[in-house]
Amino acid sequence: MQSTAHAFKDNVGTALADPNLQDSLAKLKVGFSERRRQAAERLPEFEALRDRARDIKNHTLANLDFYLEEFERKVLALGGHVHWAPTAADARRIIADLCRSVGAKTVAKSKSMVAEEIALNEHLEALGIAPIETDLGEYIIQLRHEPPSHIIAPAVHLTKDQVADTFLEHHRKLGFDKRLTERNDLVAEARYVLRQKFLDADVGLTGANFLVAETGSSMLVTNEGNADLSNTLPKMHIVLASIEKVIPTLEDAAVLLRVLARSATGQESSAYTTLNTGPKRPGDLDGPEQYHVVLLDNGRSGVLGTEMQDILRCIRCGACMNHCPVYGAVGGHAYGWVYPGPMGAVLTPQLVGVEEASNLPNASTFCGRCESVCPVRIPLPKLMRHWREREFERHLTPKAVRQGLALWSFVARRPGLYRGLTTIANRVLSLFGRVEGRYHSLPLAGGWTRFRDFPAPPPGGTFHAQWKAGRKRP
Amino acid sequence: MSADRSQILNGIRRSLQRGELAGDGLKDVQSRLAQPPRGPTVARAQLAPADKVALFCQWAEFNNASVARVSAADVPGEVTGFLARNNLPANVAMAPSPLLEGYDWASQKMLSIRRGRGEGDDQVSITGAFAGIAETGTLVMASGPDHPVSLNLLPDTHVVVLREADIVGGYEDVWGRLRERYGKDRMPRTVNTITGPSRTGDIEQTIELGAHGPRRMHILVVRE
Repeated sequence: MQSTAHAFKDNVGTALADPNLQDSLAKLKVGFSERRRQAAERLPEFEALRDRARDIKNHTLANLDFYLEEFERKVLALGGHVHWAPTAADARRIIADLCRSVGAKTVAKSKSMVAEEIALNEHLEALGIAPIETDLGEYIIQLRHEPPSHIIAPAVHLTKDQVADTFLEHHRKLGFDKRLTERNDLVAEARYVLRQKFLDADVGLTGANFLVAETGSSMLVTNEGNADLSNTLPKMHIVLASIEKVIPTLEDAAVLLRVLARSATGQESSAYTTLNTGPKRPGDLDGPEQYHVVLLDNGRSGVLGTEMQDILRCIRCGACMNHCPVYGAVGGHAYGWVYPGPMGAVLTPQLVGVEEASNLPNASTFCGRCESVCPVRIPLPKLMRHWREREFERHLTPKAVRQGLALWSFVARRPGLYRGLTTIANRVLSLFGRVEGRYHSLPLAGGWTRFRDFPAPPPGGTFHAQWKAGRKRP
Repeated sequence: MSADRSQILNGIRRSLQRGELAGDGLKDVQSRLAQPPRGPTVARAQLAPADKVALFCQWAEFNNASVARVSAADVPGEVTGFLARNNLPANVAMAPSPLLEGYDWASQKMLSIRRGRGEGDDQVSITGAFAGIAETGTLVMASGPDHPVSLNLLPDTHVVVLREADIVGGYEDVWGRLRERYGKDRMPRTVNTITGPSRTGDIEQTIELGAHGPRRMHILVVRE
């Protein structure tokens, strides 16, 4: 998909003014994060598992070439195929060729963020192959021609009424001409419509949460069952996964699974966790005749060994965005590309360039909630700070910000001047309407005070002045 | 194609500032693969057999499955009883498995059984299970001629027959059993681990059951 990350500030304005979005985001703040907290409390070993999950991913990244080759060897041994795609264009070409090799007209797709990353749907459509999103959330946004707004809940920005309108518009031609009002009816209608599409599809395309090197298996974690229908019914199963998804063994998978579902949705376990290993075996009554894995790099190998390497531990649970005050205020679309929230603010500049996405690492208060809930303990604020430094080094920071920082550093390095100026500022501020320790409006700070009060300095002068006074007291 | 492969692998090695793994580095990762280290022990996955069964049932119900604990002789009767109680048709698609054939289905005169894979309009399926995981109330289904994957997914209602002896503590115990049965390097085509009925929270984060897979799951835990 085309990035609009450069327009982050405009996107934010639109998002803040969208009442449907704000309703949806209000639910997010209590839903996912509260459920995660309860799930973590139910498992006393949760913190120890997070440490191990971090260590497993670090070990794998340090030996990534070995584990990828081992994974490939096992897939080939069981009759599957592995394709290596250095770039997004390579992955699109490989998948299109595979689809054409079986004369595919439709592809049943299970939600894949990597497929969004390489803009697969647009590519297939241009070739006359219809990709059908089968995850309910992805199906809804495909009908609406919208990108996902969350990595595990792609339609989280929509209300039930919006979904009802979308279904009425698109399902009317299939004979469903009643506008539905209940969630379970909407789910049932989508199930009915998509069931036939599963049965008709020539190719099933899924992502992978993990690739297990020990067994050559792709592992998928879902709740709906759509991924499993996608990898069981069509004659060809294509797995699209980025290279950092590989893990060594099934024991490692057990650790990662224990933290993944709990961090993502607060479930003890997702409804379906599936290991697929190669194509249909002799005697099997169902399953695909062909099994292909497409391994995508798209810049990731270049992140290894850099100060950004930790982001490659990410297991895409979405906890960082569920707990992020910025994501919670503006939603996922404002970030302008595939990956929103704190992990997106770190990954997007890597994948689309810091010039395009320099706003994203700045869209953080550094409150640290993301790092505190990350199941693989990625130091997200630190990584965003690295991007800010790179942005500054490359002179991408806006002029006003650079000048402001230069002014501040000039003053901060001159303690006498600093004290003098802050004393004056403190007195000037006290001239304005201080109401219960806060200001309703301030000159030059309208962008802040339009939405919220500005905290007033407490009486008694600057921090320096109070410190000095305090030391004189016995 | 092999140029793309080398490009990625060499790119990784360049970033890690080393060549292909060799010597002790290689031996370490090879032995880690051969003898996978276990993660931190999860206390609730380490129970005595009777407690495992109880914990399995508790978590399965927590995850919206229904559970009946029965003797082997009562399995066919419990299935027809469950179908009748829920106004479900007495036509079922059943996995062609020796385990299921061991039960006296002929005793249920009203039950019509089709053996084979799942079809798009199946209402009810009956399958066995390779194992049950007490830690989360999860069923483990290994695909094969005796267990088509489609039976786990297409029907509205999935009835599962699980022997108490097949209930294990945690995920690691299942991996051990799979390696024992199929060989360390030969997983079945598909291993589905299933925890309760299909669900979605994609509309307003409110869970609805029966997104694409079964809406209803009934587990018969069979006493030995």
